[in-house]
Amino acid sequence: MTGAEVRNFVIAIVLFALAALIPLTGSGYWLSIGVSIATFMVLSTSWALFSGPTHYISLATGAFYGIGMYVVGLGIEILPYPVLLLIAAVLGAVLAALVGLATLRLSGVYFVIFTLGLAELIRQLVNWGQTTQGSSSGLYVLTDISEPMIYWQLLGLGAIVYLLGWWINRSRLGFALRIIGNDEVVAVHSGINTASAKIILFVVSGTVATVTGALLAPRLSYIESSIAFSPMLSFLVVIMALLGGAHRLWGPIIGVVPFMLVWDLVTAKFPNQTTLVLGICFLLIVYAIPHGLAGLVEKYRARARGAF
Amino acid sequence: MEIIIGGILLGGTYALIAMGLQLQYGVARIMNLANGEILVAGSFAALWLFAGAQLSPVLSLIIVAPIAFVGNWLIYQYFLLPLVKRSKNQGQLEVDSILSTFGISFIFVGVMHAIFGGEYFNYEYLEIPFQVFEEPFALNRIIAFLGAAIAAACLYFWLNQTRSGLKLRAVSVNPDAANLVAINVNRASAMAFALGGAVTAGGGALISMFVTFDASIGVLFTMKALIIVILGGVKEIRGSIVAAFVLGLAETAVASLIDPGLTLASAFLLFILILLFRPQGLFGRQTS
Repeated sequence: MTGAEVRNFVIAIVLFALAALIPLTGSGYWLSIGVSIATFMVLSTSWALFSGPTHYISLATGAFYGIGMYVVGLGIEILPYPVLLLIAAVLGAVLAALVGLATLRLSGVYFVIFTLGLAELIRQLVNWGQTTQGSSSGLYVLTDISEPMIYWQLLGLGAIVYLLGWWINRSRLGFALRIIGNDEVVAVHSGINTASAKIILFVVSGTVATVTGALLAPRLSYIESSIAFSPMLSFLVVIMALLGGAHRLWGPIIGVVPFMLVWDLVTAKFPNQTTLVLGICFLLIVYAIPHGLAGLVEKYRARARGAF
Repeated sequence: MEIIIGGILLGGTYALIAMGLQLQYGVARIMNLANGEILVAGSFAALWLFAGAQLSPVLSLIIVAPIAFVGNWLIYQYFLLPLVKRSKNQGQLEVDSILSTFGISFIFVGVMHAIFGGEYFNYEYLEIPFQVFEEPFALNRIIAFLGAAIAAACLYFWLNQTRSGLKLRAVSVNPDAANLVAINVNRASAMAFALGGAVTAGGGALISMFVTFDASIGVLFTMKALIIVILGGVKEIRGSIVAAFVLGLAETAVASLIDPGLTLASAFLLFILILLFRPQGLFGRQTS
């Protein structure tokens, strides 16, 4: 490890330790914001693991997340909670692998379209399954898992995602992905199996999103398909990751924190204009900060260095 | 029999939806994810004209289509052309235009939500039963079907028989080469994009006669249009018309035989099959 890496590690550990202290303040407001931020930190960072280097925009986060919720909702009465998390992870991985196999061998557009409809497709299937089974449309999740527990679990998952991302970046797989992102033709010609590299990363990101959904299910206590498979979630994840900068591991988090704080205000003050705000954010990111806040930071850092 | 005619009528509707996107993606190379919202905007415009001025939705086309044409022209000039100029390759343009049109679609949804609220809308116009092979079908669906047929015929003739249509086809095949033979690629693309928008909004005005819609339903139409375009092959207007009928028949069959809640699932099934077995589309040609 180089000196800079050791320094970054220490900074990351200190930040995580500080973040872990939030529930101890006893403030319900900050804890609930903390859970939202931790949720989107995990989701956006894992999203960027795949979409950052490859530039493939995945809109499937909501689908994975909803599956995680439903696994917990359906199984909470029968199986212990950790087993459910494991089942959720496996299911998420399998689904991601199948979607990846069907679409990632082709051009990126197919992938975007497919993932765009995936959450709605699974929602329809779940609804259909529930009506043919004759059960009610919602599920109760009654556990003794408290909100601080959820928060710490999310932080733990976040730590795993960061370690995983750091390791992937250093590995041959990460290198291969960066080449694919720069020029897929070059990647193919230098002997990279582009499809399998992309599928592996998509599986990682889908698994994390599924587990996140499973972790958050106890918080809701009542799950309905329209909540679990909310289409908004996937877009929020994309926006935050791009706002922060998807090309760096630490990028998404610097997008998540400010965005969630503002978003919380917007949803409270203007609940009917959220879509409009979301649209404006999308346009701002595309036209004003195409490389995200991380890109801005790097630009100014390079300029400052150039000045000396 | 009911399924087949119902499916064909639905297919006509889908053909209307998909033709606009076809022009936008095939020629202007913009994957316009705000397509469904433009369609819904057309529906709202027709509703508003019908409720406010008692104007028949069919006649409202005369107003809706030109406005949509100008609006989409402006969207192309001010939002998408900068992206075309900025991007170094097709992949970059695709990512940027997807994100940008997402933004535009959200703004459309937000604005329509602010004006019309979150309720579902429908209105009754020409809901007269009409006998086709001794089965009753609403007259408004048949009018929409005829509208689709006329639009498709005009587009097909224009693209294949006129000089300006030839320009568009040239740009669609290879924009760089088109540029070399003195075609103004940006103008042809803007033209295709605006025309696609006009067709889409016109389609929205026609289908508003029998579809229940709300401000946020556009994405479903976008989905279906995208699936149809890919099903038919990206650059083939005939392909997407056939694909629209395939999708219409499949959805009607699934809705009446299994469960009406599974229409999207049937569309996806078609999508997966085509991705696995014929990714260039039913009528598309293999590229390199």
